Amino acid sequence: MRGLLGIQDLPRTEIERILDTAEAMVEISQREIKRVPTLRGRTVINLFLEPSTRTRVSFEIAAKRLSADAINVSSSGSSLSKAETLADMGQNLAAMNADVLVVRDRTAGVPKMLADRLPMPVINAGDGCHEHPTQALLDVFTVRQSLGTLDSRVVAIVGDISHSRVARSDIHAFTKMGAEVRVAGPPTMLPAGIDVLGVKACFSMEEALDGADVIIMLRIQRERLEQALFPSVREYSLTFGLNLRTLALAKPDAIVLHPGPINRGVEISGEVADAEPSRILDQVTNGVAVRMAVLYLVTGEQA
Amino acid sequence: MRTRIRGARILDPSSGRDEIGELDIDDGQIAELDSGATPDQVIEAEGLWLAPGFVDLHTHLREPGQEYKEDIATGTRAAAAGGYTAVCTMANTDPVNDSPAVTEYIRRRAHESAAVRVHVIAAATQQLRGEIMSEMASLASAGAVAFSDDGAVIRNASVMRRVLEYARGVGRPVIAHCEDLDLRGSGVVHEGASATCCGLPGSPAEAETVMVARDVELARLTGAHLHIAHVSAGRSVDIIREAKESGVRVTAEVTPHHLCLTDEAILNYDTNAKMAPPLRTARDQEALRQGLADGTIDCVATDHAPHAAYEKDLEFTAAAFGVVGLETALPCVMELVIEGRLSALDAMARLSTRPARVLGLRGGTLETGAPADLVLIDPEQVWKLEAVDLHSRSRNSPFLGRELRGRAMLTWVGGHVVHALDGDGA
Ligand SMILES: [Zn+2]
Repeated sequence: MRGLLGIQDLPRTEIERILDTAEAMVEISQREIKRVPTLRGRTVINLFLEPSTRTRVSFEIAAKRLSADAINVSSSGSSLSKAETLADMGQNLAAMNADVLVVRDRTAGVPKMLADRLPMPVINAGDGCHEHPTQALLDVFTVRQSLGTLDSRVVAIVGDISHSRVARSDIHAFTKMGAEVRVAGPPTMLPAGIDVLGVKACFSMEEALDGADVIIMLRIQRERLEQALFPSVREYSLTFGLNLRTLALAKPDAIVLHPGPINRGVEISGEVADAEPSRILDQVTNGVAVRMAVLYLVTGEQA
Repeated sequence: MRTRIRGARILDPSSGRDEIGELDIDDGQIAELDSGATPDQVIEAEGLWLAPGFVDLHTHLREPGQEYKEDIATGTRAAAAGGYTAVCTMANTDPVNDSPAVTEYIRRRAHESAAVRVHVIAAATQQLRGEIMSEMASLASAGAVAFSDDGAVIRNASVMRRVLEYARGVGRPVIAHCEDLDLRGSGVVHEGASATCCGLPGSPAEAETVMVARDVELARLTGAHLHIAHVSAGRSVDIIREAKESGVRVTAEVTPHHLCLTDEAILNYDTNAKMAPPLRTARDQEALRQGLADGTIDCVATDHAPHAAYEKDLEFTAAAFGVVGLETALPCVMELVIEGRLSALDAMARLSTRPARVLGLRGGTLETGAPADLVLIDPEQVWKLEAVDLHSRSRNSPFLGRELRGRAMLTWVGGHVVHALDGDGA
């Protein structure tokens, strides 16, 4: 694998190879000594230009379980452009002779732009509103764990689809794996031309969750209030929140995912987050295994 | 000194002439053909086209103030290489061209350093703030040919109304960059499928069309001549067509990049595909081509907007808006000729005669006695654009690496050769 920039260009067979590799990584994570020498002597740079504790820690643990040296480079939230050009940034990173670069940035396209300028594989850890491929892979992995096959399953993604990289990557991943994907939210949060991604857009929970096997709730950002995308948190919660009433609209054995961190009582009620259908904590566990698999595959699978 | 160009296909949109023939240049002018006169120099031009030099209504020469991007010398050399013999330079310089002193300065610098004729567009409002109109009468006396705040956009409709009214009195058109900045918001690309796939913030076509509609109505109200810059949306073409039919004094231009590219060019995050207004859909592109062919859109204008490499080599959202265009406009228009959308004569009209007419500039004709502002074109030449080929100080072209067809071989301004492809003056 030449890095992982997104799910959009990843064939189904590649997705399956990553998921199968992740199965083996789950086994490592369950051992008493959770460390294998696979990537000993290799260096992984975690370049986080947008703060994200969860994803960074997950990548860091993944690298350490494979015995790689993980170096975290974060910035105080200022944009890359204020510091240097992409060419300068690329040259600096190349000079560090790292084996893998993991990039998180607030702007879409930055991992791809760096990958075009760098010799080492680049893993996209989330870029703006574009993609978050490892999140989608761990979501698919988690669903596969619970439901077996994804073929013909109905997956509903609810929230601010316009501004969600998780939604985009999930749409690509679940569609490629044979599932039917619906997206739901107020029309202000559904992007133009979403139908070209092969999904159905729904304006209500009733429509979105009818017959759903999987419900993926997205975190609602309060800053979207300022952009006049919805009138109030109260109304959002009433119309697109997942609670015991709306959960009952889905199939009886439906499962619930959320990329975290959750806003309890906003997009998801505490009862649902802690209930049996919730796979939120499994997602965190599986995230490490999936990222181990990706790190392993992009470094050339030796050992 | 008499130069004779022989065997070329002579294309003069001002008279409708389209025939193989010869043309003499003497004393800086297009001379009466006189078989008795012996030319000092003969240029054999079989297979080539001879047309009036191109006139660009929308050029950012960046001087004064941003010479690191471009200056009058480099920008006009790029113009000459693209077949242009006149350019109109925009007012968003530093200092802003909102005073006769700056206008006069630009004209003096052009006199000293320009390869082609430079016409000056002055700001419509002071400091491009969209509040108080500039001294349009004094600016016109100093030589300004039109008024525009371009991308600064006059948000307040009442100010725009007064600017149009006043400009009418001064006898100059107002050039409007139609974009509702609130509707555009943080958008950097066209709002649509490509933006959604890339996760980049989009700006809808309606950010343009609502302002085209506003300004057309204000032109109707004031009777002023409104020229709409760089039309990018299909619906804008409809609005302009309807306005023209109902007698509004409106003219319009389209850029070569909007004619030849769509928003799919952003899919790999090429910041050289980032400009305002953004590249739009194939449907918009088709409407622009149709509009240019049927005359709704009067002419092609480049919106040549040079930027330094470090202003483009950034995250997509942070990169500067704009592309260079003077050196690639001809092959873009040639695409429409090759596709049979424009005749050779119509193509030359949209690059020379019509833009000259829009602003009432000299040029755009091969009439005897007119200044010898000419371009000799090889319509068949296929060439690949490399950054080093560009004469502009900046290299931000969306066509880098592309195979282009059609090239300016020789350009004359006032009978002087200002560009010769092989550098030998022919
Ligand atoms: Zn403009």
